[in-house]
Amino acid sequence: MPGELLLSAKDLKTWFELKRWGFLSAGFVRAVDGISFDLKPSESITIVGESGSGKTSLLRTILGLAQITGGEITFDGKIFDAREVKDLAWMRAHVGFVQQDPYGALPPFMDIRKILSEPLLINKVPKEEHEKRIRDAMEEVRLIPVDDFLPKYPHMLSGGQQQRLVIARAIILRPKLIVADEPVSMLDASVRVEILELLSNIQKSHNMSIIYITHDLSSVRYFSERVFIMYAGKIVEKANTRELVQNPLHPYAQVLLNAIPDPDHENAKKFKEVPPGEPPSLVNPPSGCRFHPRCPHAIEGLCNTQEPPEFEPAPHHSVECWLYK
Amino acid sequence: MRKKNKEVQKIWSSPDFHGPVLKVEDLRLSFRVPVGAICAVDGISFELASGRSLAVLGESGSGKTSLGRAILRLLPRNVLTYTGKVFLEGVDIMKLSDGRFRQQVRWVKISMVTQAAMNSLNPVLKVGQQVAEPLLIHEQMEKDEAYERAREVFRTVGVPLDFLNRYAFELSGGMRQRVIIAMALITKPALIILDEPTSALDVLTQANIMNALKRIKQELNANFMLITHDIATSSELADEVACMYAGQLVEHGSAARFYHEPLHPYSQKLMASVPALHTEKRPDFIPGQPPSLLNPPKGCRFADRCHKRFDRCHEEPPLFNCSGELVKCWLYENG
Repeated sequence: MPGELLLSAKDLKTWFELKRWGFLSAGFVRAVDGISFDLKPSESITIVGESGSGKTSLLRTILGLAQITGGEITFDGKIFDAREVKDLAWMRAHVGFVQQDPYGALPPFMDIRKILSEPLLINKVPKEEHEKRIRDAMEEVRLIPVDDFLPKYPHMLSGGQQQRLVIARAIILRPKLIVADEPVSMLDASVRVEILELLSNIQKSHNMSIIYITHDLSSVRYFSERVFIMYAGKIVEKANTRELVQNPLHPYAQVLLNAIPDPDHENAKKFKEVPPGEPPSLVNPPSGCRFHPRCPHAIEGLCNTQEPPEFEPAPHHSVECWLYK
Repeated sequence: MRKKNKEVQKIWSSPDFHGPVLKVEDLRLSFRVPVGAICAVDGISFELASGRSLAVLGESGSGKTSLGRAILRLLPRNVLTYTGKVFLEGVDIMKLSDGRFRQQVRWVKISMVTQAAMNSLNPVLKVGQQVAEPLLIHEQMEKDEAYERAREVFRTVGVPLDFLNRYAFELSGGMRQRVIIAMALITKPALIILDEPTSALDVLTQANIMNALKRIKQELNANFMLITHDIATSSELADEVACMYAGQLVEHGSAARFYHEPLHPYSQKLMASVPALHTEKRPDFIPGQPPSLLNPPKGCRFADRCHKRFDRCHEEPPLFNCSGELVKCWLYENG
């Protein structure tokens, strides 16, 4: 059914093999382990998780930068196979990628004009359109006056401007989907909101979809409609942003929300409730629910033996936790 | 056998001292670069009372890390000017020779927790050995005694004791950061400078570390100077807040006041840019960019981006005292 869903992932798995002495298998890192979700056109979703929860691996799988171990991705009504060069080219023409570290993502030896014309050249956009497309994209991300910026090199730009350039490069082919991997984590607090608003405005004005990945929950609420919470390779909770902030269901989502401070001097007087321990190893994840060793509400005999399926205690709010069966 | 250093003359003779732990007067630090001089710390003065913690806030490039390093005299080679007075428990440590500073101040009286713990630990030494090292070097302690003390600080920061015999690469990021904090605590310093101690860590680990720091603050009555750009996290530890902009201190006051009603227009904008999770508030951003420190503008340095600027702003404002808070803004000329 093309047109109804832009992107859909079914039981997606991305495992990385660990090698011993170069050829023996020493197990797998289950970075993404059975994830399903749907994305409608012009919808924006945020994936929140700690480092090592597999959020970047999920994104790399969607982009075809990592091999799929199991499951499938359907993009725009067609199954995407990252082993096919044709599929890769088609996918990347329709998906814009905003990287985390803008300076690392921009070639230092190219000026802005060259950086922005690269995707146009690769995708064989007619030469006479280039100038206009480049100028439009730059105006859109407010790298103005355009003529001053065109001959500049990445090192001449500030962090915020570099990130704008990365965004301009991502939208210049007018993709249907933008994936942004922690686009503001390297930037200063005062610039972050500006960049997030810019992304959100672009998304709205072009009816693009966005998958936004972050570990910073507090920025989510101004940005996207739906939030997925990832823990140890799985999506444990899917909800509308407002709903999640007000009423988190999964115990992990609850402690995560609780741990984020708002600026207030009262914070100094009390201690935070934080679960003991650290996220599990993805080579040997715990049996049953992956959060059960740290969970304050774990049910003995259930949570540690059986993996919870997805429950939907409220409409559009699903959670993988036995508490809601 | 370790060679015993000859007995050095102690600078701090009496163990109890009443008065501010740290007093900085007109501290200036500038660096030589090919095109001129960059003034990273431009005439900063403040005081920190005993048992209090100070958060130094500012954007990157505002000179907050340089301020921390200037206090600890950890300077790069291209320093052009390094002047002012830094009183630690009443003694002007700027007057000390490099040798005496190294022997009796750095990591004895003032220690520092740096940003990226993974880069600060030695990969080929066991962490226990690294944590005990300051005692072996500075206090000529016997090995057993030093390790006993290391065990004690490991307990304080919440690292399992068997980690003493592990290497840095065997620990997670949060544990490594705790080890660095343990190293900073081991000599019982008068002041601990925390330079972005949690910015490389995850939310839950961050909350864990902040809890540990809070406990240390209560139990040991330690003085922290927390340098960060993360305003929400800084509120977990701060009693006082100093806000820096373009190398200058623009506001210094109590945390209770600062987080609710900042006075300087820059602090107001900065606070407004913090996204808050639990309240309905749209974050704002500050238009424009901070000025270059190569040729800072005359007058108020924030004037170009300020929403409240008026005629007076082309002159440089002094720090006005507005009912106990210090603000560098002409708006508060009359208190």
